[in-house]
Amino acid sequence: METALTALVGLFYVVSIYLMLSRHIIRVLLGIAIFGNAVNMTIFTAGRIMREVPPIIPEGQSALDGVTANPLPQALILTAIVISFSFFAFLLVLAYRAYQELGTDDTDEMRIAEPEGEGLPPLGY
Amino acid sequence: MADASQSVTFLALILPFLAAAIAPALTRILKHNAAWVLALAPLFLFVHFFGYLGDVAAGRAVTGGYAWIPSLGVDFSWFIDGLSLTFALLISGIGTLIVLYAGGYLKGHEQQGRFFSFILMFMGAMQGLVLSDSFMTLFVFWELTSITSFLLIGFDHSREASRRAALQALVVTGLGGLSLLAGLLVIWAATGEGTLSGLLSSGDALRAAPFYLLALVLVLGGAFTKSAQFPFHFWLPNAMEAPTPVSAYLHSATMVKAGVYLLMRLNPVLGDTVWWETILPIFGGTTLLVGTLLAIRQTDLKLMLAYTTVASLGLLVMLTGLGSEIAIEAAVLYLVAHSLFKGALFMVAGLIDHEAGTRDVRWLGGLRSAMPITFAAALLAALSMGGLPPFFGFLAKEEIYAALDFSGGWNALFTAVAIIGNALMLVIGFAVALKPFLGAAVETPKHAHEGPVLLWLGPLTLAIVGCVAAIFSGVTHHYVSEPMAAAVAGAPVEIYISVVPHASLALLLSIVTIALGIAIFLMLDRARDAMAAVLAAIGWGPDRGFDQAIRGLIRLANAVTGVIQNGRMEVYMTVTFVMIAVAIWAPMLMFGELPAMPTFPRMTFYEWTVFAIAAIGLGAVAYAADRLTAIVSLGIQGFAVALLFLLFGAPDLAFTQFMVETLSVVILALVMTRLRLYPSDHRPTAEKMVDVGIAGACGIGFAVLLLKVTQIPFDSTLSDFFSTYSYVIAHGRNIVNVIIVDFRGLDTLGEIAVVMITGLAILALIRIRLPRSTDVTEAKS
Repeated sequence: METALTALVGLFYVVSIYLMLSRHIIRVLLGIAIFGNAVNMTIFTAGRIMREVPPIIPEGQSALDGVTANPLPQALILTAIVISFSFFAFLLVLAYRAYQELGTDDTDEMRIAEPEGEGLPPLGY
Repeated sequence: MADASQSVTFLALILPFLAAAIAPALTRILKHNAAWVLALAPLFLFVHFFGYLGDVAAGRAVTGGYAWIPSLGVDFSWFIDGLSLTFALLISGIGTLIVLYAGGYLKGHEQQGRFFSFILMFMGAMQGLVLSDSFMTLFVFWELTSITSFLLIGFDHSREASRRAALQALVVTGLGGLSLLAGLLVIWAATGEGTLSGLLSSGDALRAAPFYLLALVLVLGGAFTKSAQFPFHFWLPNAMEAPTPVSAYLHSATMVKAGVYLLMRLNPVLGDTVWWETILPIFGGTTLLVGTLLAIRQTDLKLMLAYTTVASLGLLVMLTGLGSEIAIEAAVLYLVAHSLFKGALFMVAGLIDHEAGTRDVRWLGGLRSAMPITFAAALLAALSMGGLPPFFGFLAKEEIYAALDFSGGWNALFTAVAIIGNALMLVIGFAVALKPFLGAAVETPKHAHEGPVLLWLGPLTLAIVGCVAAIFSGVTHHYVSEPMAAAVAGAPVEIYISVVPHASLALLLSIVTIALGIAIFLMLDRARDAMAAVLAAIGWGPDRGFDQAIRGLIRLANAVTGVIQNGRMEVYMTVTFVMIAVAIWAPMLMFGELPAMPTFPRMTFYEWTVFAIAAIGLGAVAYAADRLTAIVSLGIQGFAVALLFLLFGAPDLAFTQFMVETLSVVILALVMTRLRLYPSDHRPTAEKMVDVGIAGACGIGFAVLLLKVTQIPFDSTLSDFFSTYSYVIAHGRNIVNVIIVDFRGLDTLGEIAVVMITGLAILALIRIRLPRSTDVTEAKS
C-alpha cells in the first residue's frame, strides 16, 4: 500500500514542480498549492499506513488497544495544512497586488528589484 | 621582572589608545592647544622606555605580558631588546613632536580632534607592533597600523584622490598582512614557537625546516608591501594625500619601517641563507634605484621626499639582506638617521606649504630671510641626508660604504647602485632644503613668514638630535646602535664609526657620491625633464595597474552577478530544482542505497478510484487552458487528498483538508476572475520538455527516496509515547488532538500566530496602494 501512495506522491511532486518552473505567476501559485499536499502526503506515508482505524483511545481504556494509524504524522500534518494554506493565501494576494501594480503576470517582466541592463556600478573611488 | 614595572609597561602600551579616546572631547574644549596635553601621552612613553636603555645596553632583554587566549596558547606579551627599544623611542619621541606639529598644522580645522584621535591610535598600534612578543599580538597590531593608516590617509575624505590613496594603501598593506599571518603560522607550525623571543632562541630550527622557503616568501610578502618595496612601492607616494603630519610620521619615520623592522627582527632566524641574501638585496637595490629616479621627476616637495623614502627603505632592505655584521650596523645607523632627517624634512615641507601656500619647488625661492628657523632645520636635516659630517647621516653613509666591496659580481653591482642611489638622495635633499630658501625671492600664493612654535619645534628638534647624536657618537653607539645591531645580528657587535673622517675606501666613495650628487643637483631641471620623457615613454606603472585591477574586479563582480543573479525567477527555480534532484539522487546512487523492487500493491477498488481521481485532478491542473478548469481541477486533487486521509485513518486531517481546499478554491476563483489571469502556458515545446525532465527527476527522486524510507524498519518510540500517555497524562482520547493542544500546545500557539500575522499582512497588502496603482488597475480592467 505504501508503494501505491509513494507513486502518487511522486506524481504530486512532478506536477507541482513542473508548474513552479513556469513563468506565469498563477501557475507557480498552483504549483505551490499542490506542493503543500505533496509534502503532507510524504510525511503521512513515511509514518506508515494503516487502514481505517483512527488513533482514538476507546471508552473505558487508558491506552490504545490494538493497531491503529500512527498519530504523530497526523499531528504534524494538521499543523502543516494550516500553515501552507496561510502561505498560499498570502502569496495569492501578493501576486494579485503585484499584477495590479506592475500590470503583468510574467515573472520575467517583474524586474523592479533587479532591473535589467543596469550597467556597471561607478568605477571611481 | 617586577610586577610594578610590568603594569607600567602595559599602561604605556594602552595609553595612546586612552589618549585617542579623549582627544576629540579635549580638542573641543582646548582647540589646537589640546596638542600640548595630548603630547604628554607619547612623552610618557618616551620617558618610560628611556629608562630601559641601561638594562638593554647591558644585554638584558625585558619581557612581560599577560595571558590573553590561554586555550590557544596566545598571550599579550612584549619583548624589549635593542631593536624594539630603539623603535619604541623613535615612535614615541617623534610621536610627541608630531602631535605638537599637528596642533599647529591643523589649527582651526573642524576635525582636528578626530585627527589627534587617529594619530594617537596609530601610535599605539605601532608601539604595540614593535614591542610584541607573541605572533598574534604582532599580527593584530600590524593590521591595526594598516587600518589607522587608512583612516589617516583618507582623513580629507571629500577629495577623491585621498579616498583612492587610502584604499590603495589598505589593499596593498592588507594583502601583505594576510601574507604575513600565513607566514607566521607556517613558522609557528614548523618550529613550535609562537613568540619572537622563543623563535630567536631556537637557533637553526627554522632554517632547517622544510617549509623555510614558504615561510620566507610569505613573511617577505608582508614586509615588502608594508615597506613599499618595488613593485609594491606605488602606494607610498600616493599616501602623500594625507595631511603632512601623517606623511612625516607614518610614511617616513615609522609605519613604513615596520617591514624593515620585521626583516631585522627575523634576521637571526630567517637570514644567513642563500635565498635571504639573494632576494633582499635584489628587491632592495631595485627599490633604491627606482625610488631615487622617480624622485628626480617630481616637483612637489612631499612627493620628492616620498620617493626618497621608498629609496631609503630599499637601501635598508638591501643592507639587511647583505647580512654581514658591518652591513647590519650600517642598516641600523641609517635607519635611525633616516627617521630623524626625513621626519624633519617632511615637517619642513609641510611648514613651507602652510606658510607659503605651495609645495611646488618651481614656485618657491628666497624664503631664507622670511623663515630663518625653518631654513636652519631644513639645512641641518638635508646635510644629514646628504651624508655630510658632523651629522648622523654621515655615520650611516660611511658604514654603508664600509659594508660594500668591489669583490666582483653582485657586490660590485650593489655598490654601484648604492653610490648612484645615495648621490640622487643628496640631490633631492638639497632640492627640498635649499631650493625654496636660496636664490631670489619668488612671489608665493601666501605671504610667507615664520610659522608658530608648534610647527618649527618638531623639525628643529629632530635636526639637532641628528647632529648631537652624531657628535657624541660614543654614547649613541653604546646605548642605541650597538644593542640594536646586536639584536639584528643575533650576536654582540661593536661600532666604532665617529664623525671624524678617516682615510679609507669608504671616505673616497663618500666623496665620489657627494661630487656626483652636486653635479646632478646643478642640472636638476634637465634631469627632471629627461626622467619625465622616459616615464612618458613607458606609460604604464603599478599605480595604473592598481586602477586597472580594481576596475577589472568591479567588472568581474558585475558580470558574475549578471549571470548568477540575472533577475529571472525561472532561472532561479530551475537551478534550485536541478540542485534538489542532484541532492536526492547523488547520495542514493553513490552509496548504492536504492530501494528494493516493490511488489504490486493490493488495494480495494475504492482506493484505486480515489487514486485515479487525484491523478486526473493533477493532470487537469497541468493541462488546463482556462481558469475555471484550473481552479476546479485544483479542487479535485485537494479533495482526493482529503479522501485518502479519510480512508487511511486520519479523519481530523480529512476535515481540515476539506475546509482548506474549499477556501483555496473560493479565494483563487475570486482573484483569478478579477484579474483575467490565464493559467495556460505559451512556451515552446522544447522548453516545456526540459521542465518536465527536471520535474520528473525531482518527483521520481522523492518517490524513490520515500520508498526506501518505508522499506527500512519503523521506529515507533515517539508514537508509542503519545499513545501510552495521551489519556493517562493529558486525559484525552483523540491522540492527534491531544498532541496538538496539549503535548505540543506551544507549537500550536505559534501556528495560530503565523496565521494571524499572515492575515494582517494580507490586509496590509490590500489596503496599501501606491498613488499610481489605480491607473494600472483601471487600464487593465
